[in-house]
Amino acid sequence: MRTKLLEGVKICDFCWVWVGPMTTKTLADQGAEVIKIEGKSRPDVWRVSPPFKDNVVGYNRGGVFNVINTSKKSITLNLAKPKGLEIAKRLVAWADVVTENFAGGAMAKMGLGFEELKKIKPDIIMLSAAMMGQSGPYTNMPGFGAQLTALTGFTWVGGWPDREPADLGHYTDFIAPRYNALAILAALDYRRRTGKGVHLDMAQFEGCVNFIAPMILDYTANKRIDGRMGNRSPHAAPHGAFRCLGDERWCVIAVLTDKEWKSFRRVIGNPPWAKASRFATLMGRKQNEDELEKLVETWTISQPPEKVMALMQAAGVAAGVVQDGEDMFEHDPQLKHRNYFPEIEPPEMGKYFTVAPPYKLSKVGYEIRPAPLMGEHNEHVFKQILGMSDDDIADLIADGVVE
Amino acid sequence: MEGLLGPYRVLDLTDEKGIFCGKLLADLGADVIKVERPGGDPVRNLGPFYHDEPDPEKSLFWFAFNTNKRGITLNIESADGQAIFKRLVKTADFVLESFPPGYMDKLGLGYRSLEKINKGVIMVSVTPFGQTGPHSDYKDPGIVTWAMCGFMNSRGDADRAPIQISHHAQTFVAGGIEGGVGAMLALFDRWKTGEGQYVDVSIQEAGGRGSPPFGWVLGRTKGRRELRILGGAGLRTQYLWPCKDGLVMWFYAAGSQGSRRSQPMVQWMEEEGVANEYLKGIDWDNLDLREAGQQAVDKMAEPTARFFMTKTKAELFAGAVKRRLLLYPVSTTEDIVNSPQLAARGFWKKVEHPELSASITYPGPFANVIGQPLDIARRAPLIGEHNEEIYQKELGLTTEQLIALKQAGII
Repeated sequence: MRTKLLEGVKICDFCWVWVGPMTTKTLADQGAEVIKIEGKSRPDVWRVSPPFKDNVVGYNRGGVFNVINTSKKSITLNLAKPKGLEIAKRLVAWADVVTENFAGGAMAKMGLGFEELKKIKPDIIMLSAAMMGQSGPYTNMPGFGAQLTALTGFTWVGGWPDREPADLGHYTDFIAPRYNALAILAALDYRRRTGKGVHLDMAQFEGCVNFIAPMILDYTANKRIDGRMGNRSPHAAPHGAFRCLGDERWCVIAVLTDKEWKSFRRVIGNPPWAKASRFATLMGRKQNEDELEKLVETWTISQPPEKVMALMQAAGVAAGVVQDGEDMFEHDPQLKHRNYFPEIEPPEMGKYFTVAPPYKLSKVGYEIRPAPLMGEHNEHVFKQILGMSDDDIADLIADGVVE
Repeated sequence: MEGLLGPYRVLDLTDEKGIFCGKLLADLGADVIKVERPGGDPVRNLGPFYHDEPDPEKSLFWFAFNTNKRGITLNIESADGQAIFKRLVKTADFVLESFPPGYMDKLGLGYRSLEKINKGVIMVSVTPFGQTGPHSDYKDPGIVTWAMCGFMNSRGDADRAPIQISHHAQTFVAGGIEGGVGAMLALFDRWKTGEGQYVDVSIQEAGGRGSPPFGWVLGRTKGRRELRILGGAGLRTQYLWPCKDGLVMWFYAAGSQGSRRSQPMVQWMEEEGVANEYLKGIDWDNLDLREAGQQAVDKMAEPTARFFMTKTKAELFAGAVKRRLLLYPVSTTEDIVNSPQLAARGFWKKVEHPELSASITYPGPFANVIGQPLDIARRAPLIGEHNEEIYQKELGLTTEQLIALKQAGII
């Protein structure tokens, strides 16, 4: 099968942390040439944050870094030096797309705002993936996924109705990269047809609010503020995660129809309680849901979650193991079948893994190379792309421009 | 609207699993035609409903995820319906669907059939587990892929079950965007080859991009649901704090990075006269929280909690913006709708619903494209709203044929 679908697309990548790198990984794994501009004076957070391979700290040993920066090239450039900035601008002239995810306005402050980039490359596509976007009173607010998850409404609706919201971690970090990749690809198509570049001012805030659009309309049209429902659904019961046999083993089960309820009863061996008429209809099950959930757990507690899932699904009832890292990486036969965790071998990591694209194209495959070592492609980029000599490069290193 | 994808046409057969994919392409400017079964799509039965009136023309879920689309009805299980669908495929660039794997093939409308009609057509399937493999037939109303993508496991409190995000299925929305990415990749390839292709999206895998098993692979460790832990120091602390009208997110941190966050907070509390001597005396740069211990954390918490209770979420966040503090509100939808940031960016779009004699405020497009703006120009289609436009004006069916098809239950 062919690979390198995006061969020829050149990306000058200022991204760091999670959202930006995950965006450009998506494109790099499909063959785009992504040059990651980083530096020892400003290392990517995930080059210097745990977990590390064998708990040994090192730029090239980051467990997260090596998953989300596959297939890219790395150069080390000190952008605080005028010469560093000048070289970055030469890469802008080479690129089709410039990507960055600093706080709003930071690129402009460095002299790399969209207007400046356009002067260098009139049809440049620029992706700015700030949390708040490039304008507005909060534009330069610092923050991470955890804060944005609270700001964008997810935290408020994640958890139990009788308690404070649950910890959803950095949930929004996983949403934004998808939108970014979509926008870049659409902009490339637009440019191909019209010859025009655009500035994609992606506010993570706004993309995330689109994720909960039905709840937003429930407020704007009905003035209802939606709250937390635990694991329940308004139109299904039982619907939740149930404790199974083992240490912290859980399986979700969702019964939507009365027909599925009958199948569910058969799977659990038709115990007397399940035949009670108060559970026979959806309305009855919703009315007696607290009791129902406890009774469901009297069965699941003695079963391995994999067995609950297999039996339920075979009977046409939705169920799934609440999978942890081991379940996904070692056991999930579906993820294995689709090779979701391709093996890679970054030099300082040994055999390691990354994640594959969540879509399979019928005519073009992907090709994943290990994430770059810090500055691995300095020579290639400075010589082959920018036409510098060994002496030029030596000077840049001596001046601390190339770190 | 021209947008970024103005010239392209999309036939959207998806239910809630892929419906966001079509919305995104529509918001990007493509001509997306939602193809519903006669009588209306089952997605119209999903709440919430406009003014709580459960009516297929009043589903806010439908409204939210079908902006900028046109709509026709068509029974693709009938021979006439299939023939009409194939005629529509001739002018389509994309076909989106989310039926159980094999369903479209069974109808003779799988990719192999459609590429014979239009070799440029790109078909995108968004399903819970993808088209092949041992789980490809597994059912999922949303919570199953949420559980199996790995994200749920460490979410929630230690003494209760792992937790979902309430209301609609999060993984379906994620799968919808990934469908859009796959569709755009196939479009890019079409420029080179002139041929479309088939795109098989797994919703589980879409969700899985948020929870790669780093811990397991590197150290055989697993995420656990636990009480709030601060910065790895093993100390129990609060990061959601009650304030006058809700909750805010905040945590103290020490060291050179943490000092930049904590110091201005203490300063603010000093200005308000609520910082205690202990807080004022902390040398944040050199504080070792592990050494200071739980007692120190508790001493920081006490005046902070009291301070937060004197202010609203909006007041606290305004103060945080002024000081660039990592203090954020735990927003409700009401807070989001009233956000000064979103207002300043002109994010909200008022969309007319003439049949309800109302206009409803919608979230704006997911991208602010400077140079080629996007818009929410059209509300979701009514049932069969564009039948005449598509079937008569475009395909040239006569009024008699349209009536016959209606009576036969085909449109």
